[in-house]
This record gives sequence, structure tokens and C-alpha cells, in this order.
Amino acid sequence: MWQKIYLWIDERLGLEAMYKAVLDRPEPKGNWWNTLGSASLFLFILQGATGIFLTVYYTPSPDHAYDSIQYIMNGVAFGWLIRGIHHWGATLMVLVVFIHMLRVFVTASFKYPRELTWLIGVGLLLATLGMGFTGYLLPWNQRAYWATTVATQIGGSVPFIGKYILQALRGGPDLSALTLSRFFSAHIWMIPAVLAGLIGVHLYLIIRHGESHFPDKED
Amino acid sequence: MSGSNQISRRDFIKVTTGIIGGIIGIGVGVPAVGYLLQPAFRKNTAEAWIPIGKLDSFPVGVPTPFSFTRTKINGWEKTATSYGGYVLRKSEDPQDMLILSSRCTHLSCRVNWNPDAKVYTCPCHDAKFSEEGAVLAGPPPRPLDRFTQFKVDEESNLLIFFSEKQQGG
Repeated sequence: MWQKIYLWIDERLGLEAMYKAVLDRPEPKGNWWNTLGSASLFLFILQGATGIFLTVYYTPSPDHAYDSIQYIMNGVAFGWLIRGIHHWGATLMVLVVFIHMLRVFVTASFKYPRELTWLIGVGLLLATLGMGFTGYLLPWNQRAYWATTVATQIGGSVPFIGKYILQALRGGPDLSALTLSRFFSAHIWMIPAVLAGLIGVHLYLIIRHGESHFPDKED
Repeated sequence: MSGSNQISRRDFIKVTTGIIGGIIGIGVGVPAVGYLLQPAFRKNTAEAWIPIGKLDSFPVGVPTPFSFTRTKINGWEKTATSYGGYVLRKSEDPQDMLILSSRCTHLSCRVNWNPDAKVYTCPCHDAKFSEEGAVLAGPPPRPLDRFTQFKVDEESNLLIFFSEKQQGG
């Protein structure tokens, strides 16, 4: 019965072929360093899931942002857990993505035919840092406020166009409600959309080319 | 090398991944459901006994005003609402009294006791209520609400039982 249903679905979706291509593909000799990409993907999904749950209570306005997070931490069942995972997962994700990049660099896995995978990976690293940058402001506490003040001023120090960069980041000359709402928008819609798209291409390229073997003396 | 009872390396990895994935899924999933659905099971704490003053401060035979404030907390937002009413003691017996809400049943304006005409008048649409709260004139659809549950404690404080339903929200 179940077998029949499975076969019906498989015939139309090609689950077997998908499984073979995605999870059963041949690998060079297994190595724990090769798992960092999967770890990054896992963290991305975890951040996505916990982030979606946080938006249930979080309110991106200067009047409510701080209080709503206090409420998540103290007033909501398991709010501390959901936010804790999101908070520490963010730090971990930046770390894991960065070590993943170092691994690819050290093992020279960015060479032909994987140059595009590497370039897209650079985009993914930048987007991940962008998530960290925009997410840092959202608690709207002193640290968030002044960190973003300083970081947007760094953007403002660019010669000639700095002033425009600063105002584009802040949504005006000052750090305000406009800054908070545009950082929120970037954090939950724009950058995640870019990340998801790039991850799709990144994964496609990995499945297409397979993983590189670690260089040995011959290389 | 691998006997019929032995699990292959491949299957071991599959099973381990499945188990760990399941644990993580449950570990995040169950709290997430609690996080979402907790408001459904939160107890409504709007009901309470409110002290409105010493029994002695309410003279017999004259409607005497009182007021109190209730603070409601929704999430991180506090809303303070003030309520008021009149106590009419009909005799020295602490059980023999009528406690009316001063909120007009028409549009929630606050009614005032007019001692000369012996009626409650509403400033908004000139409604009139009798000493007992019955509608005498004007647009109100029903008599003034009553605080039917009240008591006097050992220190002769008068307390009324407040619930939101009674006050019409």
C-alpha cells in the first residue's frame, strides 16, 4: 500500500534520482572539514526557523523593540530558548561560514571548474555578515544603538560618496525609527532572499561538479 | 567482513543522522509550538477584589462616589483604565447597600449624582437614572450596571468584586 503510494509519487517527482544526486553522490575520502558547508546550511535553516518565530512577538519600532524582546525573554514560553538559539546561532554561523571559506582556500577547492562556486561563496559570506550587521541593531539596546552608529559612520567615511552611503544606511542623517525599520526589512526579507537564492546556485554547482579531493604531493 | 547481523557503515551513518536530526527537530519544534500557543492558555487575571474605602466613609442614605484604577498588561503594554461608581447604603447593615457603576450604559460617559433632583444625570446626552439605576429619560438601553458582589473585611474596608464582563469591557 505505502509502497504503491511511494512509487506513484516517485514516478512523478523523481525522488530516487534526487536522493542519489543530492545525498548519495560520490565523495572523495571523507573528511570532517568537508562537512562545514552542510553545517552552514543547517545553521541557515535554523536561523530562518527561529527568526520566523521571533517575528511573532518582536516589533521593529523604537517604542517597542526593546520591550518586546524583554517580553520574549521573560514573558513567553520558551522565548529565551528561541532567541538564545537565534543569538548564538548567528555568531556560530559567521564562524562556520568563515572556517568553510578557509578550508576551501587551503585545499585549493576554488580552482577550475569551481571558480563560480567560490565567487558565489564570497557573496554568501558577505550576505551572512550583512545578516549579522543588520540583526545586531534589532534589540535596540545601548550596544546595538552605538554599534550601528559607529558602523554606519564607517560607511560614511568613504571619500566623496560617504555622505550618501551613510544616509542610505540610516534612512536619514540620524539613527532613528527609519534605520530600525530598514534594518529589519533587510534582515528578514532582502538579505535572506539573496542568501536563499545564492545557496540554491551554490548547491547546484556542488552537485554538478562534485567535491574536490584534497591536494596531495602530486598536485 | 560484514555479517548478516552487522549494520553497514552507510546504514549506521543514516540512522545516526536520522536520530540526531530527530532530536534537534523535537528539541526546537516542541518549544516552538509552546511559544506560539501559550497565549491560548494564559489565565485571565482581570477579576479581583478591589478595596474602595472604609465603610464609615459612605454615609447612609446618600449615594457617595468612589473610583479606582485597573492596570491591564498585554505583552509589554500597560493600559490604565479608571472606573467609578456610587455606593448607596440603605441602612446601617453592611449588607444592605446598592453599588452602581457610574458608567452610562449609552456611550460610557460618567454619570453624576444630582442631590437636588435625586437622579443620576449623564453629561453627554442628558440621560437620567433613578437612585436604583433605572432609566428615567434619555437614550440608555438598560439600567446602570451594579457591583453585586461586595463585602466588608475585619478592618471595615468595603471591597467590591471587579470583573471586566460586568463593566462591559
